[in-house]
Amino acid sequence: MAEKGVKVFGMWASPMVIRVEWALQLKGVTYEYIDEDLGNKSDALLRHNPLTKKVPVLLHDGKPIAESAIIVEYIDEVWKDGYPIMPADPYERAQARFWAKYADEKCNAAIYPVFTATGEAQSKVVHEAQQCLKTLEKALEGKKFFGGDAFGYLDVIVGWYAHWLPIIEEVSGASVVTEEELPLMKAWFDRILAVDVVKETLPPRDKLLALNKARREQLLSA
Amino acid sequence: MAGGGSNEVKLLGFWPSPYVLRARLALSLKGISYEYIEEDLESKSELLLTSNPVQKAVPVLIHDGKPVCESSIILQYIDEILAGVGPSLLPEDPHDRAMARFWASYINEKLVKALNQTWGGKTEEEKAEGMKQAADAVETLEGALKDCSKGKPFFGGESIGYVDIMLGGLLAWADVREVVKGVKTFDPAKTPLLAMWSDNFGTLDAVKAVMPNIGKLVDYAMVMQPHGAAAAAAAAAAAVAATN
Repeated sequence: MAEKGVKVFGMWASPMVIRVEWALQLKGVTYEYIDEDLGNKSDALLRHNPLTKKVPVLLHDGKPIAESAIIVEYIDEVWKDGYPIMPADPYERAQARFWAKYADEKCNAAIYPVFTATGEAQSKVVHEAQQCLKTLEKALEGKKFFGGDAFGYLDVIVGWYAHWLPIIEEVSGASVVTEEELPLMKAWFDRILAVDVVKETLPPRDKLLALNKARREQLLSA
Repeated sequence: MAGGGSNEVKLLGFWPSPYVLRARLALSLKGISYEYIEEDLESKSELLLTSNPVQKAVPVLIHDGKPVCESSIILQYIDEILAGVGPSLLPEDPHDRAMARFWASYINEKLVKALNQTWGGKTEEEKAEGMKQAADAVETLEGALKDCSKGKPFFGGESIGYVDIMLGGLLAWADVREVVKGVKTFDPAKTPLLAMWSDNFGTLDAVKAVMPNIGKLVDYAMVMQPHGAAAAAAAAAAAVAATN
């Protein structure tokens, strides 16, 4: 007999996991959160996601789903009478999915090197990250959120930047999202951080900062 | 096409591209008429550059003047715009839909990347690694087909769906790979369900209508090869990477 209810297998510092929590909380869904030690993954996680063994995994009435962007769409479809996450119009949906893919594939790849680059190499990777984010920023033009007036799918997907990027900047000493270079994104950061579900789920800044400092030192000394 | 407005559909494409083929398969399956515009990727049209300024890549679907990019996104868009017309590409049940999206993503992240590496890898070692990763991915997809099809011929069940098209778009290049490199991507000895699936897929009228000519594609692949290993690999990888 499949167990009823919703479980999220996550890790407190993971931005991919937080997307799932935002989606569930927007819908008012009660769920059990299981924090994983990624260095010692639980049997349950390995059983529910044997292919990639990654978090987040959503378990709904015993059935697992992996990949955060896919989980978010699933949540929107299952709890379809709740807060609308995806845009209603098919063309807008296509745009939202396009930018989500662009952010996850191109922007994340451009941001990661900023975390570890030092000295002269840093300004080059910062510039590339900014170019990527400037392209993404175009989707914000004339809007409060990527979703328009309200926090929507693309905000759920990239909203993590608002909390994590300033930490990456502090840890690496780089300046990426500035008033001069990315004014729309900077203003959007403030709006994101004021959203209720965001405020209620963000990992504590000092804890996240300490973790990322340690991780960076580890990577640089490897 | 259902709905009001001019309903004009254009598809910007490049005939060797497996991603463009995916879009054509979906349009063919849904029975949509559209204007196909062949792009010269060495000399991209103004329409392409303005329709997809971010990646400047094909396929691009232009519906009533509005562009949709990325094959996986085009397929979902077509399915949503034409809900109720022809077979549904995505399953009804939300969990099955999530699984379909998962496998589509897996095909792109694992299989496509590995296959690209078998053609465009800079060294023989890289190409061999690509071959191994591709074989592993195909093995995993054999299990996925078993789960999704529930005994029917396709990932979508009785008729082809989203995952079938995402994978089926790669079949022309799989044939080329067999001719040029002697490697069967869907080997009946290793992955019998997928081998049968690829045969079944190939017999469908909607598929036959849009499959590129394999002989022509082999010639295209061979033209990419002989100008020195590094240049050829770069050209082949660039041609495939220029499309999505």
